[in-house]
Amino acid sequence: MDRLGRVRWTEFAVETLIRVLGFSTIGFVALIFLFLLQQGLPTFFEIPLGNLFGTRWYPTFDLFGTLPLVLGSAMVTILAMAIALPLGVATAVFVREVAPDWAREILKPMIEVLAGIPSVVLGFFGMTVIAPLVRESLGAPTGLTAFTGALILAYMALPTLISVAEDALDAVPKSYRDAGLAMGATQWQTIWQVVVPAARSGIVTAVMLSMGRAIGETMAVMMVTGNAARMPLSLDSLFRPVRTMTATIAAEMGEVAQGSTHYHALFGIGIILFLLTFIINLTASSTIFKKRHRGGLR
Amino acid sequence: MAVFLSRRPSRFPTLPHTVSGSTKHLVLNALLFGLVWLLVSCGAQQPTSSDSAAARTIENKGSDTLVNLALAWAEEYMQLYPEVRISVTGGGSGTGIAAMINGTVNIANASRSMKPEEINAAEENGISPVEFVVARDAIAVVVHPSNPVQRLTLQQISDIYTGKVTTWRQVGGEDRPIVLLSRESNSGTYVYFLENVIRLGDKKSPLLFSPDTLLMPSSEGISAEVRHNPNAIGYDGLGYVTPDQKMLAVARVSARPYVLPSVDTVNDGSYPVSRPLYMYTAGEPSGRVKAYMDWILSAGQSLVLELGFVPLR
Repeated sequence: MDRLGRVRWTEFAVETLIRVLGFSTIGFVALIFLFLLQQGLPTFFEIPLGNLFGTRWYPTFDLFGTLPLVLGSAMVTILAMAIALPLGVATAVFVREVAPDWAREILKPMIEVLAGIPSVVLGFFGMTVIAPLVRESLGAPTGLTAFTGALILAYMALPTLISVAEDALDAVPKSYRDAGLAMGATQWQTIWQVVVPAARSGIVTAVMLSMGRAIGETMAVMMVTGNAARMPLSLDSLFRPVRTMTATIAAEMGEVAQGSTHYHALFGIGIILFLLTFIINLTASSTIFKKRHRGGLR
Repeated sequence: MAVFLSRRPSRFPTLPHTVSGSTKHLVLNALLFGLVWLLVSCGAQQPTSSDSAAARTIENKGSDTLVNLALAWAEEYMQLYPEVRISVTGGGSGTGIAAMINGTVNIANASRSMKPEEINAAEENGISPVEFVVARDAIAVVVHPSNPVQRLTLQQISDIYTGKVTTWRQVGGEDRPIVLLSRESNSGTYVYFLENVIRLGDKKSPLLFSPDTLLMPSSEGISAEVRHNPNAIGYDGLGYVTPDQKMLAVARVSARPYVLPSVDTVNDGSYPVSRPLYMYTAGEPSGRVKAYMDWILSAGQSLVLELGFVPLR
C-alpha cells in the first residue's frame, strides 16, 4: 500500500500540474482577448463610425479612418500570398516528389533555417537592398512600396507554406502515384494531375496558416512599406507606399497617452486584426476538420 | 472521476517496478524546491535593489531629437559627479511626457511644449510639470545631393507637403515625382513642422500632410531614403542632418532672403524654421534633479554646439 500509495500520489500531483499548465494556456488566451476587448471596445463608442471607417488616418488630429490601414494590410498580404503560393507549392513538390533522398536531407533543414531569420534582419535587407532595386528597375518614385513589403512577406511565409504543403503531399498514399504511373502517365502528369489535386485541402491549409503569419508580421513590413496611410485603390497602388494595421500599432503605441482616444483606437485596430486572423485560422482548421471527416485525406 | 481512477493502473501497468517511488519523490521535491526558490528570489530581491539605486539615479526620457544631447549631458555630468547616475532613453516626446505623467521618470525631454490634456493628466496624477527651455533646434529641409533645387519658400514647402505640388519641375527642378518623407505622427518634429511650415503658423488652418507622405519610424529612416532616392524630400532636426544630404535654403516669403540653416542663422533668428527644446521636471526640481538642471542651463550649454544644436542666449 505504501509504495503504491506514494506512486498514486505523485501520479496525481504530476497529472494535476500538467492539467493546470494545459488549462492555463487557454486561460491566458482568454485573458488577452478580454484585455483587448476592454481596451479596444471604447473606440467604437468614442469615435463616430463614419470617422472610424473613413479614409483619413490622422490620429493627432482626431481623424481615425481605419479603411486605408485595413486595405493596406489586405493588399500586402494577398500580394505576398500570390507570390509565395506558386513558389512554395513548387518547392514542396520538388522536395517531396522529385528530389533524390540526399537532396531532401539537405533541403528540409535549410528550409527550416529560413524560418529562423529574425524579421528585423529581413526588414533591413529589404530597406537597403530590395527597395533601391524596386525603385530603379520598376521606375516607382520610391522603393518603399506595397510590392517590396509583399516580397519580404512572401519570403517569410515560405517556410511555413513549404513544410505544411509538403506534409500534405506526404499524406497522399503511394498507391495514387503507382496508379497514375501504371496508367501510363509521366511523372510530371502524375504529380500535377493526381498527387497535387489529392493534397489540395492540405495546400489550402498551408496557405491559410502562412497568411495568418503574414498579416500579423510587423517589423519587416514597417521598415519597407513606407507607412503612408493612402487608400490603395488603383492598380498602381502596388508600387506606392501603404500603411498596414500592424505597423500603425507598432509605430504609434509607444508614444500615445494611456487611456486617450488614440490609445483606444490602436486597440480597436488590434481587435479588427484579431478578428481577421481568427477568421483566417478558422478557415484553415475547418479544412483540416473536413479532411479528417472524410477519412484521412483531401 | 471514477473513470479516471479506474483507468489509471491500465495506463501505466509497469510503473511501480521500473521507477522506484523514492527516486521520483526526490525529483519532484527538487523541482518544487526550485520553483519556490525562484518565486521567493524574484519577489524579495527587486524592491531592495531598486530602492538603493533610486536614491542616486535620475531617470531621463523622451524626444529622439534631444536624445543625443541628453546623453552627452548625462555622460559629462556623471564624470564630474560620479555619485550621480543618470539614465537616458529616447522614444519620442510623447513617450517621455507620458512616463513623467506616470511618475516613472524625473525629467522628460520634449521637442514640443506639453499639450493641455497632457498637463491635465499630470495634474490628475498629482504632478505639476515645470518647463525648462534647454537649447534651440532648427529643422532642416533636405533633398538628395544630386537635386538641382537650392532653395524654397515656406509656401512652396507647404504646397509640396500638402500634395499641391507633385513634381520637382514645378519648383524649378528636374521632371521627377516628389516623394514626401516625414517622421511618425507622434514625433514632436512632425507636429512642429505641420504647425509652423505646412500651416505656416496659422492655428486655424485645416491643412494636413498629404496622405502620400511616407512616415518613417526614425531619423535614420529619413536620412537613408534621402541619401538613396533622388526624388525624395525630407525634414529633420539640424543635429541629425548628415553631410551626404543636401540642405535647402529657406525663405519666409519670396521677397525675403533665402537662409541656410546653421548655428549662426538660428541664433540671430534669420532662419525661419527653428524651435526651442524643452525638459520637463515632475514638480519644482529639488536635490539632485535641481543641481542637474542648473548645470545644464549654465556649464552644460557648452556641449550643445558640438551636437549640432544651438545653445541658449
